[in-house]
Amino acid sequence: MLQGWLQIAFFCAVLVACMPLVGGYMARVFAGETVGLTRIVGPLERGIYHVLRVDPARGQDWKGYAKSLMVVSLLFWIALYVILRTQTLHPFNPQGMHSGTWDVTFNTTSSFLTNTNWQYYGGETTMTYFSQMAGLAVQNFISAAVGIVVVIALIRGIVARRERSGTIGNFWQDLTRTTLYILLPLSILGAVLLMSQGVIQTFSHYLGFHGLNGTSGQLALGPVASQESIKELGTNGGGFFNANSSMPFENPNTLTNFIELFLILVIPTSLTYTYGRMVGNRRQGWAVFAAMSVMFVAAVAVVFIAEQHGAPAQHLAGVNTHAIAGSTGGNLEGKEQRFGIANSGLWAAVTTVTSCGAVNAAMESLTGIGGLVPLANLSASETIFGGVGTGLYSMLLYVILAVFIGGLMVGRTPEFLGKKIEAREIKLTGLGVLVTPMVALVATALATGTKYGAPSVYASGPQGFSESLYAYMSQANNNGSAFAGYTGYLQPNGTNVGAHGVTFADLLGGMTMMVARYLPILFVLAVAGSLVRKTVHPAGLGTMRTDNPTFVVLLIGVVILVGALTFFPALLLGPIVQGLTNQVF
Amino acid sequence: MRRELTTSLLAVVVFTLLLGLAYPFGVWAIGQVAFKGAADGSLVHVGGKLVGSSLIGQDFSRPVLDKNGKPKKDSDGNPVTEPDPKWFQERPSQDSYNPAGTFFSNRGPNQASAVVFYKEGLSSYLALERPYDAGLTAAQVPVDAVTTSASGVDPHISQANARIQAHRIAAVRHLPLARVNQLIAQHTDGRFAGFLGEPGVNVLELNIALDKEAPLT
Repeated sequence: MLQGWLQIAFFCAVLVACMPLVGGYMARVFAGETVGLTRIVGPLERGIYHVLRVDPARGQDWKGYAKSLMVVSLLFWIALYVILRTQTLHPFNPQGMHSGTWDVTFNTTSSFLTNTNWQYYGGETTMTYFSQMAGLAVQNFISAAVGIVVVIALIRGIVARRERSGTIGNFWQDLTRTTLYILLPLSILGAVLLMSQGVIQTFSHYLGFHGLNGTSGQLALGPVASQESIKELGTNGGGFFNANSSMPFENPNTLTNFIELFLILVIPTSLTYTYGRMVGNRRQGWAVFAAMSVMFVAAVAVVFIAEQHGAPAQHLAGVNTHAIAGSTGGNLEGKEQRFGIANSGLWAAVTTVTSCGAVNAAMESLTGIGGLVPLANLSASETIFGGVGTGLYSMLLYVILAVFIGGLMVGRTPEFLGKKIEAREIKLTGLGVLVTPMVALVATALATGTKYGAPSVYASGPQGFSESLYAYMSQANNNGSAFAGYTGYLQPNGTNVGAHGVTFADLLGGMTMMVARYLPILFVLAVAGSLVRKTVHPAGLGTMRTDNPTFVVLLIGVVILVGALTFFPALLLGPIVQGLTNQVF
Repeated sequence: MRRELTTSLLAVVVFTLLLGLAYPFGVWAIGQVAFKGAADGSLVHVGGKLVGSSLIGQDFSRPVLDKNGKPKKDSDGNPVTEPDPKWFQERPSQDSYNPAGTFFSNRGPNQASAVVFYKEGLSSYLALERPYDAGLTAAQVPVDAVTTSASGVDPHISQANARIQAHRIAAVRHLPLARVNQLIAQHTDGRFAGFLGEPGVNVLELNIALDKEAPLT
């Protein structure tokens, strides 16, 4: 186990070491400063403004910003839906894929627009290369950029000194700069590194082969590296292959596994540093980072220990799950030998604290307590690092909530970075915080309380309930990982011919993702619009500080309290029952 | 509103061209120049024929023959197979080692059906290996040998698993056990930089090396 802890500690150390570099760089990008890349990317940036006919210098108030965001999202939604429904017309379709059904396409389209990447479809058996590149991967960039620009707008609202115009930035400029200066360069770097290690990037048709024993098989191929890189970097998670990052063509060795884990967390962690820089007090950023880290490390530790212990079904069958010479032991069901327990456990935690949802091991095959960790992470509503941008804005809502609660406790008007938090902000914050859990629970109730959810469930007993709960918590949190027995699409063969969707699950899931994505975004932008006009008061003796350990503890308390109060009863019925018993169902 | 729509429409076009076409083709071009073999799928050829990819695990079973020497079929009409003793065996696969249609087993930790699956896996593993290694006990069987991997095409088995199978391979291929263990060591992918990940024995590469060293007709 020591070996495992060492790997986990090393990963965290590398990540923290890169935060000031990446976070500081992002702060400069959003301040509109000239950076090293400007010489290369600058002309392209200006070209895009020219084509779009936008003036980046013209600020937008929160309503204008929200309008641009919503309109472009709507058009991207339509474009993606059309792309996915016209697969027979596509170039780069060597396998002759047909289109998916309307219901599963609705789900997939909503899923990629919202940075969820929930996958009812299997990548290598349903998607053309064109759909993967020009449809899905484009949304991997755009949905990530949208998350990031929203938090940047919120931070601008927080730091502005009584901005009468109410300007929180220019959406088009933020979108373009995020894409060109942050996502694209890092993706290219990641893709090249991954390719050097064996992640494929080819437009060849699938290759037939005859194995050593003479049986024939087929190697599915495609432009994977370019998609894999942004899939992790943008905390998207939609696998080119159905088996996602466990498939060796997506993640062939332990170095690629390390790179991909790094890509998932690098922006969410570094953004806390960016936040500290932008508000002019780095301790503010580190405080948020500290609160996130404590919960993250706890999650990793629990899942690693639980998985190393092995599963009840294995013990009952007489399988030895202890480490022996030449084997790590532990619950290796649904895990790859090269990643073992430590890297699979670490990944399970990383992918569910962020909204990534890519997996290198099967979540449904985690032990009861091991499987509780992803669910508990989802109950935290993306506050533990979370999706790119989304995580930080979700956490900042909790910061405002914690400031408010702290203010009530000491009996003073709550102030956050010199700005009074008043009724309007608290109402919007409360709504922003509660939308995601509410949508998750309502959807789960609809799926388990009516007969329509039943066709999607695979396993019996509490595992079946966990599947349903996980499905809607994951979609509401725009995560996309799954207890993958839960299904919304049935495919008799590999090219979509004769396939049909589970309409109820497809539509409910699609609606869940969109409501839980766009409503909080609108609330966050409204909070930004409200804060931006406020006067900054100098901090006095009685001001509650938001950059010290006391506040970190308070913040963690608020996150856990809200999550636990909302989800504990549901969690009891699924993973906790399984984790507390050796019984099989 | 009209202006907003025009801008958005243009944005959809511009970003799709840039991110959806220029980016993946750019990456492809770099791959073709710098890492062609890796970017094309780490393909493995034997005698000029494609036998698979070194990254993808494959099937090493053989058909079971009935009394008349014809391939036996089960009640669904699918051919019945058994592990071929002359090859190192991969981990069990839920998708018949098909890299073009991967899915998870989704076998839960407390499922009654999982107990049955593991019991069967354990007894057939012992049935295959015990004739060549009489002292082998269930407690010595590493967990990777009876659990399905995530991808279904995990190219690796644990070192413990390979060392047990080495007894069988040595007997069937008439090789000294020490030599087989040497080949295992040569085809073990170690931890990256000595500490990241877990070591695994690449079964396809090992079997190709075996066939070169001690071919069976």
